[in-house]
Amino acid sequence: MRSLALLARNRLALGGLIVMGLVVFLALLTPALPLKPPNITDTSNRFLPPFSQGAILGTDHLGRDLLSRLMWGTRLSLAVGFAAALIAATIGAAIGIVAGYYGGRTDNVIMRGVDMLMAFPYILLALAIVAALGPGLINALVAVAAVNIPFFARNIRGITVGIAHKEFVDAARLSGMSDARIILTEILPNVIPVIVIAMSTTVGWMILETAGLSFLGLGSQPPVADLGSMLGEARAALITNPHTSIVPGLMILVIVMAINLLGDGIRDALDPRLKSGALNRPLPATLVAPSRQPAAQHADAILTLDNLQTQFHVKDRVYRAVGGVSLSVKPGECLGIIGESGSGKSVTALSVMGLVASPPGIITGGSVHYQGEDLVGAPYRRLRTLRGREVAYIFQDPQATLHPLYRVGDQLIEAITAHRPLSRDEGRRKAIDLLDAVRIPNASARVNDYPHEMSGGMRQRVGIAMALANDPEVIIADEPTTALDVTVQAQILSLLDDLRRERGLAIVFITHDFGVVGQLCDRVAVMYAGRIVEQGPTRAILDAPRHPYTARLMACVPELGGGKRRLDAIPGLPPAVDDLPPGCAFAPRCDRATETCRTGEIPLDKVGDRALRCLHPVTMTEAVS
Amino acid sequence: MTRYILRRLLSAIPVLFGISVIVFAIMALIPGDPALAILGSFATPENVARLNADLGLDKPLIQQYFIWLGNMLQGDFGRSFNLNRPVLDEVLDRFNATLVLAGTSFVLCAFLGIVAGVVSAANQYGWADKGITFVVLLGISIPSFFLGMMMILTFAVNLRWLPASGMWPIYGERDLWALLRHLTLPALALSVVATGVIARLARSAMLEVLRQDFIRTARAKGVHERGVIWRHALRAAMVSIIPILGIQAGFVLSGAVYIEVVFQWPGIGRMLVDAILRRDILLVQGGVIFVAACYVLFNIVVDVAQSLLDPRIKT
Repeated sequence: MRSLALLARNRLALGGLIVMGLVVFLALLTPALPLKPPNITDTSNRFLPPFSQGAILGTDHLGRDLLSRLMWGTRLSLAVGFAAALIAATIGAAIGIVAGYYGGRTDNVIMRGVDMLMAFPYILLALAIVAALGPGLINALVAVAAVNIPFFARNIRGITVGIAHKEFVDAARLSGMSDARIILTEILPNVIPVIVIAMSTTVGWMILETAGLSFLGLGSQPPVADLGSMLGEARAALITNPHTSIVPGLMILVIVMAINLLGDGIRDALDPRLKSGALNRPLPATLVAPSRQPAAQHADAILTLDNLQTQFHVKDRVYRAVGGVSLSVKPGECLGIIGESGSGKSVTALSVMGLVASPPGIITGGSVHYQGEDLVGAPYRRLRTLRGREVAYIFQDPQATLHPLYRVGDQLIEAITAHRPLSRDEGRRKAIDLLDAVRIPNASARVNDYPHEMSGGMRQRVGIAMALANDPEVIIADEPTTALDVTVQAQILSLLDDLRRERGLAIVFITHDFGVVGQLCDRVAVMYAGRIVEQGPTRAILDAPRHPYTARLMACVPELGGGKRRLDAIPGLPPAVDDLPPGCAFAPRCDRATETCRTGEIPLDKVGDRALRCLHPVTMTEAVS
Repeated sequence: MTRYILRRLLSAIPVLFGISVIVFAIMALIPGDPALAILGSFATPENVARLNADLGLDKPLIQQYFIWLGNMLQGDFGRSFNLNRPVLDEVLDRFNATLVLAGTSFVLCAFLGIVAGVVSAANQYGWADKGITFVVLLGISIPSFFLGMMMILTFAVNLRWLPASGMWPIYGERDLWALLRHLTLPALALSVVATGVIARLARSAMLEVLRQDFIRTARAKGVHERGVIWRHALRAAMVSIIPILGIQAGFVLSGAVYIEVVFQWPGIGRMLVDAILRRDILLVQGGVIFVAACYVLFNIVVDVAQSLLDPRIKT
């Protein structure tokens, strides 16, 4: 039902449906219409132009009424096309179900045969069949149906294989049902929708192909004409009397186009990815809402986020992924952002350089200042020159973040050539230097590797090397060690730490792991449901967490040699950011929460170098126990 | 790589074998007596029997098949009784003309289709996308033979820009310029449908790829959007576009039948239609098997191209 509603909302598909309905209706009605007989020749009235007396569309080379022939021809073309589709679907589906249901050898033999048929160029096979059977409309129908059988057989087989191993089929088999009954009562009802969709997308082709065979003189034989043979007969008079060609040609075009529109509409309505917007292309830079309120800039820090707000607008829902985050990082400093998945930490990081996929992402408020310049709302061209050159990213999972089809060396070189020209030799030298810098052994050979030829740790180092390529001022590392095992993780962390000391880099390090934060970060910000709940020097927070969430998060980390401390999972789940409760977002999962926590805005209170968003903070003594 | 190509060539042998069986089986379906069909209804029974023996038609089907296959492998496709000429000679002559037409069309549809698809995806829901989507829909809905006729009417008859039919001028030089002038309209008409199909697929392949993480990486590096689209995204999308190019090549090759008839192009498609109407079965058989075999070989080329593009494919 919902699919039908979607189809109705797709105006083009609806148009196709209406046109198609009209054509079919008229074709069905043709025998009852007051039309001249289509096959009676009247040579004294040959080639009457359209809008003549008594012949609205004119007459053809034998003086036959074109309107009447068009209607009867349409009727015939539609009938043949639908019949061919029905035959191909029935036989193809039967073959596909048998192959998919029985599997094994039966499947193998049948599908090899289907593959052979598909090795033929499509129309060629139809020609061969017509050649054997002889010209004629029924033979053309058989030929077109036959060449489409492999298509149906293959599709339906795929679906059947999926169904044949489902529990309900096993249950039917165990209850002693015969194979034939299982196929008819369990498999077929599940396959029929697929057959219908496949038919709706191919019936247009079949009408075209039968018209084509008739056009070549291999289909319907005179005096009876379908649209194709009308066109074929009119071809001789194309130059002198083009209307006799244009009339049937346009009719074929209208019919096939209506069917295609309808088929596209059905396909789109059934594609879940279109509904969710998962096939939207992300723009080069995240959109910025015109209503955004920029914030004033701060001194001394190199990168400052002020009340940054990023949302995802999907259909009529609004997900507040980042709900007013303020952060800053100084040269040579490492700031950690920690939180569960879905807390908005990655979106915060991606918002800095406008890399949040948009649509559906949109920055609705706040500012990001880099060396005094507001990056939110900066034109794309400016943003591009800063990306990678001033602020570079290291992403999680380098399997997916490196281009699979380019050599890592070329991807490194590109990071540089995106900002300044570089000769081939120089680029290669630079790439090897970079791989050396991240301690990849045998760098001069490794530059020629493709990403899939490297291990996960190696790929992550390539990701880091790429971030270092232009000697940036700030590196934003989004869970760069999550996908790695512990020893490799430790190596990567010490590598980052060295780079920070040597080059005076500012690092924003995103993670969900307090152990990692303790090793690397000077300061840490804890995020929950798109907001910072606690912030301060790493030591201080590790020693004495004040927000209950921070405390619970730290209790989740197992400590080596820490004895029998109980590992506490936090009960419940993070809230959905499209439906945030008023007050503290953590309140539903917090055992200290009171009624006041659930009403009104709770501010982020700054005390010294620490900040806290909580009405009932954890005290020193509690934290120790 | 050489080993990979050899392996693919070897794997084509069973497919070619299967194709020959199918063609033979279809031709064996022909009702009635072929010798009678050749000699006409006034033939004496003795003559029919003698011709049947000459043609080997009195032997069992399996034996007939292997004799036929063996002859073909030696380059003997039989003789067209209508043209009184070896089938292979005629097929090769005609196939040259088809190759010129279909080859040009294929290059056109691959290039135009991919460019249209990429531009469409890069401007999703924008005006360029809407315009291209509409033209593509029109392209895949119009019968190529009708389009060809309308092109003749417009560009050859009314505007007189280009010749209406044939491959060469009847009088005058047979040079490249003359060929190009004759080739333009039929090649365009033939490429329209395939262009539409490729453009659609390229668009959705691009949209799929543009969501991937490595595109975000390229943007984070500061690669210009042009580079992101044409270098990063298209390269990855080609992995799913190339197999479709292979399928479309089959459509172009066989769709040439209509265009050859409309434009009087002396190709193999028109030869087949004439041969079918004249019941010249050996010529049909030879032509079909030859084109199908060429298509199988072309698909190997497609596979090799794919393995060159994608280093993850083990060669």
